[in-house]
Amino acid sequence: MTIKKDVIIIGGGPAGLAAAARLKELGVTDILILEREKLPGGILRQCIHDGFGLTRFKEALSGPEYAARFLDQVGKMDIDYLTDTTVLEIDSNKHVIAVTKEGLLEYQAKAIIMTTGCRERTRGAISIPGTRPAGIYTAGVAQTYVNLKNIMVGKKVVILGSGDIGLIMARRMTLEGAQVLAVLEILPYASGLPRNIEQCLNDYSIPLFLSHTVTNIRGKERLEGITVSRVDERLKPIPGTENDYDCDTLILSVGLIPENELSLMAGVNLDSRTRGPIVDENYQTNIDGIFVAGNALHVHDLVDFVSIEAENLAQAVLAYIQEGSFPQCSIRVETDDQVGYTVPQKVSGQKDITLSMRVRSPLKNCAIQVLQNDQVIKTKKMKKAIPAEMIQMRIKKEELISSEYIKVVVRHD
Amino acid sequence: MIKEFICVLCPNGCELSVELDDNNNISKLEGATCQRGGEYVQQEIFAPQRNIATSVKVVGGNMPLVSVRLSEAIPKEKIFDVMDEIKKIKLEAPVSLGQVIIKNVLGLERDVIATKQVLREQF
Ligand SMILES: Cc1cc2nc3c(=O)[nH]c(=O)nc-3n(C[C@H](O)[C@H](O)[C@H](O)COP(=O)(O)OP(=O)(O)OC[C@H]3O[C@@H](n4cnc5c(N)ncnc54)[C@H](O)[C@@H]3O)c2cc1C
Repeated sequence: MTIKKDVIIIGGGPAGLAAAARLKELGVTDILILEREKLPGGILRQCIHDGFGLTRFKEALSGPEYAARFLDQVGKMDIDYLTDTTVLEIDSNKHVIAVTKEGLLEYQAKAIIMTTGCRERTRGAISIPGTRPAGIYTAGVAQTYVNLKNIMVGKKVVILGSGDIGLIMARRMTLEGAQVLAVLEILPYASGLPRNIEQCLNDYSIPLFLSHTVTNIRGKERLEGITVSRVDERLKPIPGTENDYDCDTLILSVGLIPENELSLMAGVNLDSRTRGPIVDENYQTNIDGIFVAGNALHVHDLVDFVSIEAENLAQAVLAYIQEGSFPQCSIRVETDDQVGYTVPQKVSGQKDITLSMRVRSPLKNCAIQVLQNDQVIKTKKMKKAIPAEMIQMRIKKEELISSEYIKVVVRHD
Repeated sequence: MIKEFICVLCPNGCELSVELDDNNNISKLEGATCQRGGEYVQQEIFAPQRNIATSVKVVGGNMPLVSVRLSEAIPKEKIFDVMDEIKKIKLEAPVSLGQVIIKNVLGLERDVIATKQVLREQF
């Protein structure tokens, strides 16, 4: 039996919860959230450190507390959700197939909201020579073990990659009594936020070695040690710089990728830069009625922005349900090679927009400029810009001067 | 003397550059985007404080651990002493969000509080 729904939300993390609550507020009542895990809340359930919600609630909350604020709202508003329910398939007609312990469920939705979050890269591990003993984890998996399952992953730890989750885990493992020998980063700059380097590494005297990587792995059953080498400008290990570390655990924190297996099934086009869908100002993909927000769209640094994005998406979904379509979005947003990407990638020119973007390498004293017909229509001056931080620029529809494409560039003073 | 700090109070992570006089008082502060920057530097120099987050074991609950944090930051050098206190605790479900797990831990006038709800496991 196929159940009809106005809106199906796939993923009950902060993005899915915020979208649901706002939709209900706006009067869309026929909503269902489908969540794979036993409990809703998404990745926040395991992010027990504080630092969430400073933008939104002006309070330093832990991840679970931030999630609870939205869960409370969803509960009070009587929004339906199913947990232990994994969506297996969606198609371009907005037909959804999910599996639960009781069996398959089939839905026909008017609109689908994809809030499936992201998964961890493992690329860093695949290219390292040597054995593959136990004791190698991605940072998120290590975090699940330590914070949700009460399983300590190791005693002597090296972390490869300076992503925020790796930094957070360096501190977490230290608090639990493990010895974190070093964090290694192949690039000449850290990929995590400066405050996390300060409070997770420097506070505990954990060294961060930039331009370093793992070049060999030792151990039969369990990891026994690794070899670390310095790399040159082209990221190639420099012979003669090898250094051996004895450790029982290697944690990989080499990046996150938006989770879009389901979207691909429905024919959604992805952006090779964000690895998430190409969307317009309504967060709609190329498939009519399929929307996406949160880490499934592009990896965010702060959950506060995830919530805001999902709420803006809800506003657009309301319009879609009421009107069935949107004004054409044929103005492309392009970037130069210093700006990694923008979201959205296309706009109509008839709506105020917020462009989210990241720079590709650390910059000082620069300006980010938005151009149309080679004319500057908006400038944001920045003392520093780093890839770890998402940058946002708001552009009013009146500021656009034509229906030509928009270009976002970096200028140096 | 000029010293550099990265403020950890919020995600902005401002890079602060401060000029200190002989008594370690701030004579010039650059890079702060809010007024808390100055307070942070003063604190970092005289008595650095941090909050910590960890977990406590729970028996009979729908999950084996409840996450906890401190009601407010504590002196940095007390972190591992407080961790030792928290490690001694084992709770019985249910646990509610905000529940005080240890009151006035080590006399620091800070409480250890639960940041999650744990329900009783139903059989
Ligand atoms: C380790 C870590 C530390 C972080 N630290 C901070 C911080 O200090 N401060 C801060 O502001 N932000 C932080 N963030 C960022 C913030 O937590 C994320 O940006 C936010 O959680 C993303 O929300 P989301 O809803 O897009 O994704 P998620 O939280 O990942 O939620 C996605 C949900 O979708 C579900 N799902 C996926 N596929 C399916 C399917 N097929 N069927 C059903 N359900 C599915 C998943 O189970 C999950 O519950 C951190 C992130 C991580 C990973």
